[in-house]
Amino acid sequence: MKEYSLTNLQELEAEAIHIIREVAAEFENPVMLYSIGKDSSVMVRLAEKAFYPGKVPFPLMHIDSKWKFREMIEFRDSYAREKGWDLIVHYNKQGYESGIGPFTHGSKVHTDVMKTQALLEGLSKYKFDAAFGGARRDEEKSRAKERIFSFRDRFHQWDPKNQRPELWNIYNARVHKGESIRVFPLSNWTELDIWQYIRLENIPIVPLYYACERPVVDMDGNLIMVDDKRMPKELATKAEMRRVRFRTLGCYPLTGAVESEADTIEKIVEEMMTVTKSERTTRVIDFDQDASMEQKKREGYF
Amino acid sequence: MTTYTHTDIRAFLDQDQKKDLLRLLTAGSVDDGKSTLIGRLMFDSKMLYEDQLAALERDSKRVGHAGEDIDYALLLDGLKAEREQGITIDVAYRYFSTAKRKFIIADTPGHEQYTRNMITGGSTANLAIILIDATRGVITQTRRHTFLVSLLGIKHVVLAVNKMDLVDFQQQVFDEICTDYKNFVTQLDIPDVEFIPLSALKGDNVVEVSSRMPWYHGKSMLEFLETVHINSDRNYDDFRFPVQYVLRPNQGFRGFAGRIASGIIKPGDPVLALPSGKTSKVKSIPTYDGNLTKAFPPQSVTLVLEDEIDISRGEMLVKPDNQPRTDRHFEAMLVWMDENPLDFSNQFFIKQTTNTTRARIDMIRHKIDVNTLEKSEVQSLGLNEIGRVVLTTAKPIFFDPYKKNKNTGSFVLIHPVSNNTVAVGMILDKLESKNLPSRITNNDKKKIREGKSLISLENRQKKLNQKGVTIWFTGLHGSGKNELAFSLEKELFDQGATAVLLDGSSIRTGLNRELDYTPADRAENLRRVAHIASILNDQGIITICSFISRNNHLREQLAEIIGKERFHLFYMKTTLDYCRKNKPELYEKADRGEVVYVPGVDLEFEEPPRPQLVFDPLENEMNITRILEYLEKNNIFPLT
Repeated sequence: MKEYSLTNLQELEAEAIHIIREVAAEFENPVMLYSIGKDSSVMVRLAEKAFYPGKVPFPLMHIDSKWKFREMIEFRDSYAREKGWDLIVHYNKQGYESGIGPFTHGSKVHTDVMKTQALLEGLSKYKFDAAFGGARRDEEKSRAKERIFSFRDRFHQWDPKNQRPELWNIYNARVHKGESIRVFPLSNWTELDIWQYIRLENIPIVPLYYACERPVVDMDGNLIMVDDKRMPKELATKAEMRRVRFRTLGCYPLTGAVESEADTIEKIVEEMMTVTKSERTTRVIDFDQDASMEQKKREGYF
Repeated sequence: MTTYTHTDIRAFLDQDQKKDLLRLLTAGSVDDGKSTLIGRLMFDSKMLYEDQLAALERDSKRVGHAGEDIDYALLLDGLKAEREQGITIDVAYRYFSTAKRKFIIADTPGHEQYTRNMITGGSTANLAIILIDATRGVITQTRRHTFLVSLLGIKHVVLAVNKMDLVDFQQQVFDEICTDYKNFVTQLDIPDVEFIPLSALKGDNVVEVSSRMPWYHGKSMLEFLETVHINSDRNYDDFRFPVQYVLRPNQGFRGFAGRIASGIIKPGDPVLALPSGKTSKVKSIPTYDGNLTKAFPPQSVTLVLEDEIDISRGEMLVKPDNQPRTDRHFEAMLVWMDENPLDFSNQFFIKQTTNTTRARIDMIRHKIDVNTLEKSEVQSLGLNEIGRVVLTTAKPIFFDPYKKNKNTGSFVLIHPVSNNTVAVGMILDKLESKNLPSRITNNDKKKIREGKSLISLENRQKKLNQKGVTIWFTGLHGSGKNELAFSLEKELFDQGATAVLLDGSSIRTGLNRELDYTPADRAENLRRVAHIASILNDQGIITICSFISRNNHLREQLAEIIGKERFHLFYMKTTLDYCRKNKPELYEKADRGEVVYVPGVDLEFEEPPRPQLVFDPLENEMNITRILEYLEKNNIFPLT
């Protein structure tokens, strides 16, 4: 029966496409959260495949914290234009106008106001009843326990003790007004699966993932890139050019680079197989406390 | 860790890309060392990063339960509260891969109150590892886990006899446990059972075959997982394609998107659409990556047909010579997943494949004790209880027995108010619907009654000069339907017809006096009335019924009991204000909350979409004339 078997990636692809179509069929107003990262790029490709030859029947939304790498924004805008996506960009106007940022307010306040609050604001503003996220269960312990269709109450909160049973590939999409479902079509993908898929499908990704000479400052062991003039002068002057790449993308002051020579996907995978730090540790925000991600997720963060 | 060179990595990626995927479930009690086994599989297959290891060592000293050793279990217990309690409480998914295969582990807890989690974790599994503590042998939980595994239709089971180090790696202990287990497992339907003695803590027979158990000649756990053959477990025979989404990007393209539940399909193959029965042929299977020459489970594809036939979500494409069962009536094993026990008066939503409709549980045949497998009669099912039930759905569904086809034989029940998934079910093999007990009758019962009587319906009708039909008035409290009904009764009497009138007060003071006004009791009240009407109609008598009968679902059931051709629905259409003027006391009480369940106030009243006649209460005289004309025109009374 070899000719009737799927490889692991084909099976994951089939599962994700089924999930994406199910959302389009059952919800009135879904949205796909687009973070510009590699996982988002894979998720969007899966959505394109799900509705081929038609267009993706829901919008994408990027929550802009206003502190993303400039290259991310350039990539987002040119890729969205080229593909003709219906792209919503939302940011927390109040937070932006009162000058919230990681350098002045710290990572906790910045993340809360410009990411979590901005996300909740965006979801409420457009009354989305389902939101796709690119999170994977292998990334982090509390995610490993989350359903693919993950229920959120009217306050966008997740209750890990009270999740709906989820069996086979039957997903319960019923919600009352104001409640919503976060949907994770990449739940069962691993980091290697993502890279493998990007490689096989030739999916464009932000160049920051590839090694290049970049100006970085060593902040307590995290290599932070000088991406614009908002980095305080006393820090920016310490910058030196190093050959680095980013394993995850987010707000530039909160995302550490790693020194690397990997400038192709093969080299990235090679590095991944030998590197000894798990993916999320290059994100500064995770250092707060044990079980911190669970706390954020309960509050509505993706 | 191994270092790869650049050319290695291409080879590695090419090979990695070809691996298949094994989904497995692990089940065991809290102290069987399940988490340790999984942690060890991940550790020894080198899927842990250095920072995770550092954190693990740190945590082991702080909160671990393994003394000075590394506590692998800490890797798996994700959530804060659980870590404090020292137990895993929900399903957690783990990922690792070896040179041969990728693995997804659904890690589920073993204690009693969490059957629901094991069922959740196991529903997609190809294989189950059941852990046994060698010092304790086969215990109640082992039996429970095995029963649940067989219920879920998991075809491969590995009995992992753990903690062999604590019994000095003795063969005798292992053999006794295996014999015990075999005696039990033969009662269940699991085709492939494997036994492996191991020590998760010390690593014996986990990845490498251990030298400390030379009497064991089988594979290590990992070797077994890498080589067990699972592809033939899928159903490639019966083509079932539940339509999930209809793609119509432009006038020229109509594609039916969905996931192949079972069977194989190729361009040119004939297909039949359910429920319409329309047939066509597959024209093409277009994808983003080009057209496919064949498609099979579990692919998500889009089918384009030769002919323009109208098919929507929830319908199913099959092959004309191989069709599933189509029925509203079936039996299933049901696992109750909700804190609140099963309440028969609830109508649930059933979701089966891509189809959602209403469903009711007619009866529980028996409950199965998951520990002893004993059957018992029960009135309800509570959290984590499993029973064999009879269900009726509002629309027919298309299904196969779960044993033959997991994708078309499984369903979930969703509570209509809370929206929670309250139960999950596995459909059992075919039983003719007429053999199933039911709270509604079907036409078969009518035949039995007729068969017993020596007077034919035709003779009765000739003698009475009328057809036995039911005239059913629906409308709000105070709409004037009773007035019209009684006027009609009088008029029919005067003209020589034989009619019986049933209304709320006559029925509720006697026959149905124990019934309340809750929606469930209202439904039961009407059900009984419908049966009386049906019996009277069988005798050729015209039955006039005057009941609020507030929604279409109820009215459809009435029509079904009485017989659609005999059921004539007349609607007294009024405003709520008009009714309030006629029955001020009742409505005022309802407004104050002193009485509840009053249609129009705190219960919805649905207008019938297609009543045979609609009346205005202010035109009583003319209404009677219209009814008499209707009866004559439809050859009900007088007969022509």
